[in-house]
Amino acid sequence: MYDLIVIGGGPAGLAAANSAWQKGLRRILIVERDKELGGILNQCIHNGFGLHRFKEELTGPEYAARFIEMLNSTGVEVMLDTMVLEINDQRQVHVISAEKGYQVLEARSIVLSMGCRERTRGAIGIPGDRPAGVFTAGSAQRYLNLEGYMVGKRVVILGSGDIGLIMARRMTLEGATVLACVELMPYSGGLMRNIVQCLQDWGIPLYLSHTITDIQSQNGRVSHVTVQKLDENRNPIPGTNLEFDCDTVLLSVGLIPENELTRAAGIEMDPRTNGAVVYENMETSVPGIFACGNVVHVHDLVDYVSAESERAGAAAAEFVLKGKREGTALTVQNGADVGYTVPQKIRVSDVEKAADLFFRVRKVFRDSVIEVRSGDELLLSFKRDHMAPGEMEHILLPRKILDQARGDTLTVSAKEA
Amino acid sequence: MIDVAIIGCGVIGAAAAFELSKYQASVVILEKENDIAMGATRANSAIIHAGYDPKPGTLMARLNVQGNAMTEQLCRDLDVPFSRIGSFVLAFSAQEAKTVQTLYERGVQNGVPGLQVLSGDEVRQMDPLVSPEVVCALYAPSAGIITPWEYALALAETAVRNGAELRRSTRVTGISKIEGGYRIETNREPVEARYVINAAGVYSDQIHDMVAPHAFTVIPSKGEYYVMDKSECYRARHVLFQCPNEAGKGVLITPTMDHNLLVGPNAENVDEPQHPSNTARGMAFVREKAARTMPSLTYRAAIRNFAGIRANTDIGDFQISIAAEHFIDLAGIKSPGLSSAPAIALEAVKLLKECGFAPEKKEHPVTTRRKKRFRFMSEEERKAAVSENPLYGRVICRCETVTEGEIVDAIHSPIPPCSVDGVKRRAGSGMGRCQGGFCGPRVVDILSRELGISPLCVLQDGEGSFILMEETKKEAQA
Repeated sequence: MYDLIVIGGGPAGLAAANSAWQKGLRRILIVERDKELGGILNQCIHNGFGLHRFKEELTGPEYAARFIEMLNSTGVEVMLDTMVLEINDQRQVHVISAEKGYQVLEARSIVLSMGCRERTRGAIGIPGDRPAGVFTAGSAQRYLNLEGYMVGKRVVILGSGDIGLIMARRMTLEGATVLACVELMPYSGGLMRNIVQCLQDWGIPLYLSHTITDIQSQNGRVSHVTVQKLDENRNPIPGTNLEFDCDTVLLSVGLIPENELTRAAGIEMDPRTNGAVVYENMETSVPGIFACGNVVHVHDLVDYVSAESERAGAAAAEFVLKGKREGTALTVQNGADVGYTVPQKIRVSDVEKAADLFFRVRKVFRDSVIEVRSGDELLLSFKRDHMAPGEMEHILLPRKILDQARGDTLTVSAKEA
Repeated sequence: MIDVAIIGCGVIGAAAAFELSKYQASVVILEKENDIAMGATRANSAIIHAGYDPKPGTLMARLNVQGNAMTEQLCRDLDVPFSRIGSFVLAFSAQEAKTVQTLYERGVQNGVPGLQVLSGDEVRQMDPLVSPEVVCALYAPSAGIITPWEYALALAETAVRNGAELRRSTRVTGISKIEGGYRIETNREPVEARYVINAAGVYSDQIHDMVAPHAFTVIPSKGEYYVMDKSECYRARHVLFQCPNEAGKGVLITPTMDHNLLVGPNAENVDEPQHPSNTARGMAFVREKAARTMPSLTYRAAIRNFAGIRANTDIGDFQISIAAEHFIDLAGIKSPGLSSAPAIALEAVKLLKECGFAPEKKEHPVTTRRKKRFRFMSEEERKAAVSENPLYGRVICRCETVTEGEIVDAIHSPIPPCSVDGVKRRAGSGMGRCQGGFCGPRVVDILSRELGISPLCVLQDGEGSFILMEETKKEAQA
């Protein structure tokens, strides 16, 4: 019987396991399907990781290495090259590996840290041929950075998510020509610093409110794409065609939390995040099962994943050592222009000093204000110079403010100042 | 000179090869693509129709009903996923209720078992998300769903195990009559055969015209589809058709054998049958029509679009006949071709015998096949599989839970895949919600290792569909 089984050894799982160890758990296991720890960070060889956490710019593998080193000084067990097939609300974990075969493991607590996957062409229904040469940006990144292969020489990128932006620069550095980055929305889905450093610095045009409306092929490989401008209802405007001869299309059109295990275990899900509904300590609707990182909601910076996951690991330790939290919960609701919040539920009596709250806004804001209300009563407000859907917002809700909430809901909204 | 050459290895060519491979005769299958089942067979509605659609007295009517009856045992023998889930033809008006009645009568005449006309409420009891507008429906319990490419593979693999020879990437360019048979010119070596079967799908009119006067013209018709995630499979328990129209059987909603939901197709005649593409117009048409059957349907969980091609013709029936001396047409096999395939194969043998083909049956031909599918195994079976072969403990495709063991088995199967999509059709990797985003690079790696080729040579699918362009650090390695 393990005290804690952590599913996934990426940044979230590493931080959660470390934190649970620091809080006193000793029988901890990380199950990782890949042959090494680190998750997606291993293929993110660009820098910019760790500015908040370590006050320096690290590459992805360096950032992961910091946590793996910490782990090496603990007694946390790791099973690599091992797949979790099933978990259940009895906290049994079915795993399989070539080395050890099929095993059913039991745990006093579980942390879900499986990360997310990329949305694909099929999810967004791009018309046209279906040739080779259409990749999700992350797959292309893996081929390029881990396997050492170029996936193409003339590239059009659809979507301006961070991975797409990073890949625009990366492909350029390796000698490819990136012809355009095309974004459906009137704003980018990525971080401003990536727009500047990965597109503008390299003269790569960003077409906002545009999309790919046709993919053509020759001999089984992409040969041409048509891009069109969109009207307010996202319908292509005739006569606005931009034509590109290219051999490759990279897609950076969103990430989806990887929650098949979560759903199968009967854990309550939030359709807004595609992740589990969690409490202030990252506990799911099943006591003793916690979730953190991109499997809960898609983060913009890994630094925040680490912080959130340390809270989850600490909470798993508390659950095992002290028993479960019993407080009644406030439900956090979306107000105007807020897309989702994490956590979705706050057990006020269990909040020590303050509860962290993360969310994303639905549109770009200049001088603006975030408001937290209980019914009609304004409990808290925060000023922001700038907010965008590509960037996660973080606020702290002090316990003494939460104590003033009446009823069982809190509403978070955003508006122009 | 070989005994029988089959041109085309879709499900029809494969079924004919399977049937002929039970005889003491040499069989060669010529396939222009680098894998089998690359035409109509790979991209269709994946339905084994009951047989109420075709006009009584046609070959289609007889062979559909006969083929449907044969499919179940065949799929059991060859380990092909098939399930008789039944189908509805939904009527939304009094006018369409008449069509349903006509189909019922036609079905009875065609010998379709178990047909019933059910009320709208009865239908919604059996399939709760069907539109409240439905007034009645034809229920055909014998209709089923199948994995079509696996069906063709199972037939062709078994034929190969019985000694048939499959030549892929071999395109027929001309046929001439020679003493005692035909000489078939290809882009590779020519083949001389006593008998020829034309199973060339959308190209079957061109092959026919190489040996006989023009008799029919293929009018390729494209159909576009949506595939939805497994999370949506619950939406349909049966195959949900609307009333047929001139263009075909209309837009359907059905679960698949892989527990996805399939929605489509439209029907649009096209000039270029080679690589049917999806269009915004076609996809919008499918969405609009499907909403009629199931107003609650959304496309949030769509995982793929595809388009397939039908070998429609200007004649109202299959073209199954002796086209010339020792030359059999299994041509213009449109819907219900998949459903009719095993019956068409028997028909082919009968016609060959009429032409004088008279070999003995083999004493012990292979007629069964078994395949390991980790995702459908019980816990005990999984334990056994991994202890027998550790590669069954390494999950490569996480969406569909496909292991390295299955992929390696597929690569060393009687018809080895030469592309990532070839592996996908055999092992199921990349079929799921991430569409190969995760397992694609790993499958490239395994193909490269097992076939002893550079990853740069691994194809996505057909000829020329290279995935990788060059190594990044050529100089450093040199």
